[in-house]
Amino acid sequence: MSRTTATRIRRGLTLPVLLLLVWEAASHGGLVDPRFLPPLERLADTAWREATEGRLLGDLAASLARDLVGFAIGTVLGLGFGTLLGVSRGAERLLGPIFHAAKQVAVLAWIPIISVWFGFAETAKIVFVALAAFIPVALNTHEGVRSASVQLVEVGRALRFSRWQIVRRIFLPSAAPAILTGVHLALIYAWLATVAAEYFMTVGPGIGGLIIAGRERFQMDLVMLGVVILGCVGFALNQGAAAIETRVLRWRGA
Amino acid sequence: MSLLAFAPPRSGDFTAALRVRVRHAAIGLLVPLTLVLVWALASARGWLPEQVLPAPSYVWQNLRDMAASGELAQHAGISAIRVAAGFAVGAGLGLLLGIAIGLSRPVEDYVRPLFTAVAQVPTIGWIPLLMLFLGIGETLKIVVIAKAAFFPMVVNTAAGIRNIPVSYKEVAAVLRLTRWQSLRRLILPGALPSIFTGVRYSLTKAWTALVAVELLASSEGLGYLLVWSRQMFWLDTMLAAMLVIGLVGYVMDAMLAAAEARLQAWRIDA
Repeated sequence: MSRTTATRIRRGLTLPVLLLLVWEAASHGGLVDPRFLPPLERLADTAWREATEGRLLGDLAASLARDLVGFAIGTVLGLGFGTLLGVSRGAERLLGPIFHAAKQVAVLAWIPIISVWFGFAETAKIVFVALAAFIPVALNTHEGVRSASVQLVEVGRALRFSRWQIVRRIFLPSAAPAILTGVHLALIYAWLATVAAEYFMTVGPGIGGLIIAGRERFQMDLVMLGVVILGCVGFALNQGAAAIETRVLRWRGA
Repeated sequence: MSLLAFAPPRSGDFTAALRVRVRHAAIGLLVPLTLVLVWALASARGWLPEQVLPAPSYVWQNLRDMAASGELAQHAGISAIRVAAGFAVGAGLGLLLGIAIGLSRPVEDYVRPLFTAVAQVPTIGWIPLLMLFLGIGETLKIVVIAKAAFFPMVVNTAAGIRNIPVSYKEVAAVLRLTRWQSLRRLILPGALPSIFTGVRYSLTKAWTALVAVELLASSEGLGYLLVWSRQMFWLDTMLAAMLVIGLVGYVMDAMLAAAEARLQAWRIDA
C-alpha cells in the first residue's frame, strides 16, 4: 500500500470526521441530552457570539498577558539561578539540594500557600505562573551549563577571559540547546499554570475563569469553547517555541 | 561522583569518598536549616503573623498528630489508591495503543492527528468538562488520572518500537519468527527502555493530575486536605500536606530512577 500524503491526510481525517458526525447525529437524534452534547452549530454560534459581543477576546487577552508576564519573570530568574548553580560548585552544593527537594512538590500544591501570601488577585497568579516557568528553566540551564566542555573553559582561562566572559562566551552558548529545551517546557508549563491559577483564584477575566463559570452555570457549549481555546493556544505556543528553537540552533546543524 | 562509584573499592578511597559525601550533605543542609531557623525565630518574635506563616514546631506537631490519629494515612491511602487505579488503566491502555501505533503505519495514520489534537489540551483543561459528564465521584478521578498517564505512555512506546533497528527486524524475518514471537522476543525487549521512560513520565503525570483533581473536586485525599486547610486557614495542616505531597513525589521518582538504573545495567550486560 503506497503511503502518499493524500492517503495520510485521508486516514488522518477519518476518525475526527466520523466522531463529529456521530456527535451531530446523537445530539439531533435525541440519543444524548443536548445539554451534555450540544450540537456543533450551537457551539459555533456560541463561539461567534462570545467573540463578537461577549468577553471572550478580553478573557483571552487577559490570560495571554498573565501567561507571558509570568513566563518572562520565571524564565529570567530561572536562567540566573541555573547559571549560578552550573558555574559555581559552592552554589550548587549550597542551593542544589533544597531546589531539588522543593521541585518535588507538584507545582499545583503551591497554589494554596501562594494564595495565602499574595491573595487571589493578579499578583498571586503571576507569581504562580512564574514559579511554574522557573523550575524547568533553572533545571535545564543548570544541566546545560554544568556539562559544558572542560577543554573550552580551559581555553577561555588561557585566553585570560574574565569570569563574566567565560559565562557569556563559553557556558551559555554551549548550554544553549539545554536552555532552549527548558524555555520550551517553561512556555508549556506557564500556560498550564495560567489556567490553573485562573481556576483557583477566580478573580478577574481569563479563559480559566470562563471555563469555571461555564461549568457552574452548566453551559456545556461555553466549557467546550474554553477547552478548544486552551488547546489552540497551547498548540500555537508549542509550535512557536519549536520554530524558534530550530532557528536559534541552526548553527549546530552545520 | 557517579564515576567514583564504579572505581574498584579501596579502603582509603572509600573513607575519603564517604567524608566528601558527608561534607556535601552537610553543606546542602545549611540553607534549609538556616531557613527553618529564621522561620522559627520569625514566628517566635512575632515578625510574621500566624495567619501568614505558623511556627515550624506547629507544623511538625500537626504532622505528628495527623500521623498518630491515622488521618494522614487515611488521606494518603485514598490518594494512593486513586493514582494506582488511574495509572494502571491509563498506562495499560497507553501501552496497547503505543504498540499498535508502533507496529502499524496505517494505525498511526488514522490515530495520530486525533491523538495530537486531544493531547494539546492539558489535563487540567479537561477536568471541568469531565466534571459535567461524570459528576465529581470516584470515576472522575480515575478518568482524569488515566488520561494523564495515557499520553506519555503511547508516545514513548510507539517511539521505542519505531527506533528498533531495521536490521533486527530483518533478522527476525530471516528466522521466520511468527508475529507473536517477534513481538515477544524482539519488539518488546527492544522497546523496553523507552517504555520504561514512558512509565516514569506517566506516573509523574498521574501524581500531578491527582493533586489537580483533588484540589478541584474531592472530599478526601491529600489534595483535598490542602484546599480544606486553606479554606479553614489551618496553615500548619496546609504546610504539612504540602510536605507529604512533595515527599511522596520524591519517593516515587527515586524508586523509578533506581529501577531504571537497574534496567540500564541489564542492557550493558546483554
